[in-house]
Amino acid sequence: MSQQEQAVDIEKVDKYTGDGFVAPEYNNTTVTQKISNIVLRSKTPWGLFLAVAVLLPVVGMLGVSITWLVLIGTGIWGLNVPVGWGFAIINFVWWIGIGHAGTLISAILHLMRQDWRNSINRFAEAMTIFAVMCAGMFPLLHVGRPWLAYWLLPLPNTMSLWPQWRSPLVWDVFAVSTYFTVSLIFWYMGMIPDLGTLRDRAKHPVVARIYGILSMGWRGASSHWARYEKAYLILAGLSTPLVLSVHSIVSLDFAVSLIPGWHTTVFPPYFVAGAIYAGFAMVLTLTIPVRHWFGLQGLITTRHLENMGKVTLATGFIVVYGYAMEAFISWYSASPYEGFMMWNRMTGQYAPFYWALIFCNAVSIQILWWKRARRSPVVLFIVSLIVGVGMWLERFVIVVTSLANDYMPSSWDYYAGTIWDWSLYIGTIGFFLFMMCLFIRFLPMIPMSEMKMIIPKHRNKKDA
Amino acid sequence: MNHGPARPELRGLLAEFENEEAIVEATQKTVDAGYHHIETYTPYPLDELLDIQHLHKNKVALVILIGGLAGCAVGFFMQYFASVIHYPLNVGGRPLNSWPAFIPVMFECTVLFASFSALIGMMVMNKLPRPHHPLFDIERFRYATQDRFFLCIEAEDPYFEKDATRQFLEELKPHEVTEVEA
Repeated sequence: MSQQEQAVDIEKVDKYTGDGFVAPEYNNTTVTQKISNIVLRSKTPWGLFLAVAVLLPVVGMLGVSITWLVLIGTGIWGLNVPVGWGFAIINFVWWIGIGHAGTLISAILHLMRQDWRNSINRFAEAMTIFAVMCAGMFPLLHVGRPWLAYWLLPLPNTMSLWPQWRSPLVWDVFAVSTYFTVSLIFWYMGMIPDLGTLRDRAKHPVVARIYGILSMGWRGASSHWARYEKAYLILAGLSTPLVLSVHSIVSLDFAVSLIPGWHTTVFPPYFVAGAIYAGFAMVLTLTIPVRHWFGLQGLITTRHLENMGKVTLATGFIVVYGYAMEAFISWYSASPYEGFMMWNRMTGQYAPFYWALIFCNAVSIQILWWKRARRSPVVLFIVSLIVGVGMWLERFVIVVTSLANDYMPSSWDYYAGTIWDWSLYIGTIGFFLFMMCLFIRFLPMIPMSEMKMIIPKHRNKKDA
Repeated sequence: MNHGPARPELRGLLAEFENEEAIVEATQKTVDAGYHHIETYTPYPLDELLDIQHLHKNKVALVILIGGLAGCAVGFFMQYFASVIHYPLNVGGRPLNSWPAFIPVMFECTVLFASFSALIGMMVMNKLPRPHHPLFDIERFRYATQDRFFLCIEAEDPYFEKDATRQFLEELKPHEVTEVEA
């Protein structure tokens, strides 16, 4: 390598605790080295092997759960007659919500020119894609005969029947599939310049060839950058209403029905805020260990963690507002069914779940009012895990309490997931983490070109 | 292969600069000197260069708009065809063309088509994918995606004269000037 290859002072950068968004040691050269070397180094760190060794059996468990489900049917799940929407819908909503933070970070923060998002957006977008993959599995499996899933698509068939266009369930098919496709386009397009960098830095010709194909021959011409930037900005503008529409439509699956506790107009904004809340928590859950293991403290700084903590706190409050409104409207509507639903939620057979959810989502985040807590990776990591659990409980409470105790006391029942419900759910978590490991190993997890755009600005600010 | 005599042997001259300020200044001087067929290569977009090269106007937005409108139309007529023409179903006398209920799917189709137009439009207008390019033959050009900045004056420029242009570029104090072969 030429004289350009100066070593980054790893020690210093790994321990960076300053107040900036980028450690001062980073410049165009060192940031390129740091990020691309994670991908291009010849030896895979043993920690990743260990992670994959732990995760592969979990992915296998997912395979077994799906196979058994296809062979036997949804009877292996805990579904019963009043509760027809169990884990499948809970997990679907949970996963898709987690995905939403990726789009929020990459699109909405981009439009608002919050350029601190440049170091976490690639990671969050990858999270979106894998989370939506996990989410998509559940409704497909829940239909009972996944091999007929193409019936969801508007294809002419022998009965000349079409999907029911006036149903939110069909809107959901379009929303989720569009969301996945657009997220993939956004993610890939953002990566093209970086794939070019990897092509140019790869030492092995085969590796260079692979990244060369993926980079489409990107060479960084200014005329190309002009079109690229415009297209990227407009994609961000398209993704922003898209992400809001997706979770609104998911919430309409509930709100359009006439079940007490579901039939409420607060659902779309409440679901969207919950999605962003859960997603930010997941970004924290993943970035905190990764930045520690790969020494990225100089790129994903304490200031980033603090900002994410603030967003978590703010969206948490919107979610708490949603809980408050649900309770208030169930009283104010004077509908006996609504009132009973809420009272039953708080004191009935699922009361522990409800109060656990209130603790996780409303109480635990209060610690983030303190700056020291927001700047402590350990505290943030623990809070983010609690929020992840809390958001799962929220979906559980919404789906199950309304269905298990509906209008007719004679049809009431108790619902709990079986071992197959849990194995499928844990299997998707394993699959998600497994895909994240592959992503970290093979693709640049921090956008190099975007980091280079903000480095001079932050350096000037510091000098001034 | 014989490309005939009309084809210049030289594609252009490429100058390498070490930082943003140097490339911006050099590009400004090159444009002031009257060169039009120039291109700059940078690891990240530089607004100043887009200003100097007058690159801010392009048709990406228009392509995306057309794609989006096409998606919206497809979304609507797909639902209209199914509900009104192909399988009209009278449910309590409600209108067949219940367009407000069609809006979510129309919106999703709009975004989907617009996003594909953004990616494909950007690629096609940039003449990508192009796996190989004469610039890739230059050893140091691989730093263009890393930390160096390149300015190329193309041979087809009317002011281009191999020796004079090389001398002009040398005066801009680049790190190096190389010839790009066709």
